[in-house]
Amino acid sequence: MSSETGSATHGQMPLKKPGSAIAHRLVLTIGPILIALILGGLILLALGVDPIKYYGYVIQRGLLSPTGIQQTLTRMAPLLFLAAGLIVAFRAGVWNLGADGQFLLAAVIAAASAPYLADFMPSWLAVIIAFVLSTAVAVIWSLVPALLRAYQGVNEIITTLMMTFLGVSLANVLVKLVFLDPSTTVPQTRTLPVADRLPRLFDTTISSGLIFGLIAIVAVHLMMTRTAFGLKLRIVGANTRAAIHSGLSVPHLTVAVFALSAGLCGMAGAIDILGVQGNVRADWNPAYGLTVIPMVFLARFNGFASIAFVLLLSVLSIGGESAARRLGVPTVFTLLLVAIVLIVLAIAEYIDHRHNQAAKA
Amino acid sequence: MVPPSASNQAEQPAIISLEGVTKRFPGVIANDSVNLEIRPGEVHVLLGENGAGKSTLIGMLSGLQQPDAGRILIDGKPTPILSPRHALSLGIGTVFQHAMLVPGLTVAENLLLGEPWWRLPKKEALREKVTALADSLGVRIDLDAVASQLSLGEQQFVEILRALLRDSRVLILDESTSMLTPSGVEELGALMRRLVERGLAIVFITHKLREAAAFGDRISVLKLGRKVSEISPERFRSVGEDELIGEIVEAMFGKQHDDPDAANRSPNIFPVETPAILSVDNLTLAPSATTPGLAGISFELRPGELLGIAGIDGNGQKQLAEVLSGQEKASGGRILLENRPIERLSVGERRDLGLRYLTDDRLGEGTVGTFAVSVNFLLKQIDHPPFWKKGIEQSGLIERHAVQLMSEYDVRAPGSQTPVGRLSGGNIQKVLLARELAGGAKVVIFNKPTYGLDLANTLAIRQRILDIAAEGKGVLLISTDLEELLGICDRIAVMDAGKLTGIVDNSPTARTDVGRLMIGLAA
Repeated sequence: MSSETGSATHGQMPLKKPGSAIAHRLVLTIGPILIALILGGLILLALGVDPIKYYGYVIQRGLLSPTGIQQTLTRMAPLLFLAAGLIVAFRAGVWNLGADGQFLLAAVIAAASAPYLADFMPSWLAVIIAFVLSTAVAVIWSLVPALLRAYQGVNEIITTLMMTFLGVSLANVLVKLVFLDPSTTVPQTRTLPVADRLPRLFDTTISSGLIFGLIAIVAVHLMMTRTAFGLKLRIVGANTRAAIHSGLSVPHLTVAVFALSAGLCGMAGAIDILGVQGNVRADWNPAYGLTVIPMVFLARFNGFASIAFVLLLSVLSIGGESAARRLGVPTVFTLLLVAIVLIVLAIAEYIDHRHNQAAKA
Repeated sequence: MVPPSASNQAEQPAIISLEGVTKRFPGVIANDSVNLEIRPGEVHVLLGENGAGKSTLIGMLSGLQQPDAGRILIDGKPTPILSPRHALSLGIGTVFQHAMLVPGLTVAENLLLGEPWWRLPKKEALREKVTALADSLGVRIDLDAVASQLSLGEQQFVEILRALLRDSRVLILDESTSMLTPSGVEELGALMRRLVERGLAIVFITHKLREAAAFGDRISVLKLGRKVSEISPERFRSVGEDELIGEIVEAMFGKQHDDPDAANRSPNIFPVETPAILSVDNLTLAPSATTPGLAGISFELRPGELLGIAGIDGNGQKQLAEVLSGQEKASGGRILLENRPIERLSVGERRDLGLRYLTDDRLGEGTVGTFAVSVNFLLKQIDHPPFWKKGIEQSGLIERHAVQLMSEYDVRAPGSQTPVGRLSGGNIQKVLLARELAGGAKVVIFNKPTYGLDLANTLAIRQRILDIAAEGKGVLLISTDLEELLGICDRIAVMDAGKLTGIVDNSPTARTDVGRLMIGLAA
């Protein structure tokens, strides 16, 4: 999978105007989503649920109702950080599938350190230090796959996935054995008081993490497309041998990519704890990382498009959670929808490619 | 061209005949009206440098490619070979350069692959057949051995076996000896002799002269897509091996009356006391599994001098270029650029000092195919002002730079934003040329700069190289095209197995001298 898929397919249509190329792209992206919604509706029908009612309810609770939209926007914060972290890695040809381990470890460190630090310093400083600390832990956690890939050529898909299993277990161990809050019966860390968490936006319940998430993903997008550093990373991703030929230090850049990617995934965990959750319960693992990966692919590693897809995912999951309670459709149906979108998208891409080939021949 | 002798009354009719077969790729003629006959009981050697068109010819015989013009006759009937499967059913089996066995399966399982899926594998029948075949050929093969544990020679034998089991009448061996040890080569040669005795036709592709002379019955020499010579079995039998090799060298490297490289330049002789712009002293690099490494390379290059590096491909030329450019770290020796040691400097630092390297692998490492032409112009100057300020891309300047270079070097592309991979080979080479010559080049290393280009581009690139030397820069020209080196160089060094076997002035006797050095005889 090339990180430049987007521009390459774009380039296959030299005779069309740029406007029609964008329209083509939009059809290829929105079309599969609509088809997937229809297919999902058929599944709902088979389950005996009225699809119109389900989708209507999801949109109502995820997007239109005041509490729903606030929850949706709050949920977007960690997802945006994760998307930013994944874009850095994927564009540089590094398949960091360890986002969940990096996320969860950072979350535990944030949950453990913030309440403790807040005891003897102003809460804003405690939050900042906890944020930095948990980011650093996520970066350190990525060192093993980073060094293995950079200096030994070990496939990072395997190592990062394995490090996720370790990371999730280690996070649990830390919650249950090290950072356990003695004052509660459920195994969990101490809780950061609501007043000490990240401020909310205006008079809403939306966490200011949303703003940071938006800043992070836009910054990453501009870094990858407008800076020398981003160009170096893209060269490593697109053609490693050309990078070596041009004198780029591929091992150093690879480690830097891992650090950036894992750092951003760690920030996602920190922002979720410091802004919303306040603590980490044992066995808590939202597995956001794996659900964001398809969104980043749908967005073709474009930061701005990723914002739209993250919003879509948030609406589907917040609305889906409510619909689960009301209509008895399990929450995993959201994941099912995402999966169908991906499959339909892949088929659409294949047909489009064949069509282009045929047009050229 | 040696005309096929008319007195071969005993010859059997050809299994395959190629008549005027031509194959074009964008900007290149890979095969130019090639006539070839493949007869039973003969090892027909196809000899030629890389890029001479051997692989394309094999591609057409094995059904991977279709000729653009001309026709292929099988048993005298015109028969297009539509696919590899079709080629197999016509009795043409191909053993490719790199073994194509499934490494985790046993020999037996590998041999059974390709049967229709609904049929039970007939292991016992296979065992009988293979034992009979192997015995008659005097080779032992363990059917239960796992393919990955066999030596390369054994793997090759399994592939040959596979072709024989499918009743092949023609066996094509594509550079089969390139990965083998010397004893493996001997065994393969003996095996080929036994196979032709059984009436099989073998097409043996190689660029090694000794093997061609030792194992062949008939030799066709390909050069730049054309068949320039054929040596018949009669001729083979009537002359000694050394004379035969001399004849082949003449055919491969000798001057053709219609050769496009007539533009000759009178070589300059540089006095010994001229200070060298680049001097290389006892440069060494450890050999790897697939490359010969470098052994004590020393030479000096003077300003304005054009030093050619001749030799059969794969004798360390690429390694020399990479060690000089800094892409690969030498294990010993010194490199002085204007008397300044640079062997410890990085690629970027050497480039900034004026040492430039034009790679032969234009798409593999020279460019990023999916990136715009404008970005590829600056691939080696990322983060350099004025194109990047404090790390931020100045797209206007990058664009202007690209437009200027494109007109200066006559790069033909729809625009500076076109992905470079969609340009023709000649235009990609111009992009590389523009990039490497920009701003302060002092010594330029060219690695096969005209390889695979059409005539117009070849001549244009050569003119550029001459201009660079005329400007007083040092030029190191690595090429497998002796004609090119003789045409424009001042001196020619010959590389063989990682060593410089000699450096000769480009005098009228240079052709013979270099030819002798190339086949391992002292000049």
